[in-house]
Amino acid sequence: MSWRAAAGLRSWLLQRLSAVYIVAFLLALVFAWGGESVPFDTWRAWVAHPLVNVGLMLFLLALLSHAWVGARDVVMDYVKPVQLRYLVLIGIGLALAGLAIWSLRIVLLVGG
Amino acid sequence: MNHSTDRPVFLNLLRIRQSAMALLSIFHRISGILMVLALPALVYLLGLSLRDAQGFAQAVNLLQHPVARFVLLLLGWALAHHMLAGIRFMLLDVDVGITRAAARNSAWLVLLVGLAVLVSLFVFYWLPGVLS
Repeated sequence: MSWRAAAGLRSWLLQRLSAVYIVAFLLALVFAWGGESVPFDTWRAWVAHPLVNVGLMLFLLALLSHAWVGARDVVMDYVKPVQLRYLVLIGIGLALAGLAIWSLRIVLLVGG
Repeated sequence: MNHSTDRPVFLNLLRIRQSAMALLSIFHRISGILMVLALPALVYLLGLSLRDAQGFAQAVNLLQHPVARFVLLLLGWALAHHMLAGIRFMLLDVDVGITRAAARNSAWLVLLVGLAVLVSLFVFYWLPGVLS
């Protein structure tokens, strides 16, 4: 299968791989947290830990990729006029890319 | 052209009795859209909570507001439904529960667990916050 022909398969696979990582990370998060209220210093130190820091950035990338594939599927189903469809997709793509940079910057600045 | 008038000439989705699978699927979309719309606010709160002690206190404070708690309640349902429906879709991908009867039962299970999460969050999370 050519790279272009496999575009749909790639999105399908990306959606599932990112979903598995997202669920695994959320479960690990709940497990590590344990439901108690956490003071600021503990929270920040936890996010600064290299393993959490990198894991959190991977989580954000997985989440935003997942959001992109999902939002694109929804737009392709309901927005039929081609020009409007591309306009909406560009808007969503820019918003998600912006969120990616913003959120990664937040986590990177804590990790130092 | 002569069409009899009692025959539907267009599909009104609200007038068709939807199957459990169809409901599960449309709620999968709605929950996904809800969570995507919440992303900017969530990233803002992440940044605020990690900035300094004051920012952290401010973020905790913002999340105590009844409206914020109501949004979190909806997001709690959205996450539960989206995750369970997603796990169901992936099991169907590998032919687990692929028969019509099994797929219908699992669709009901996901819908009902989602509803149970929504009701529990309302009773044990949102209401106590508003009443206190």
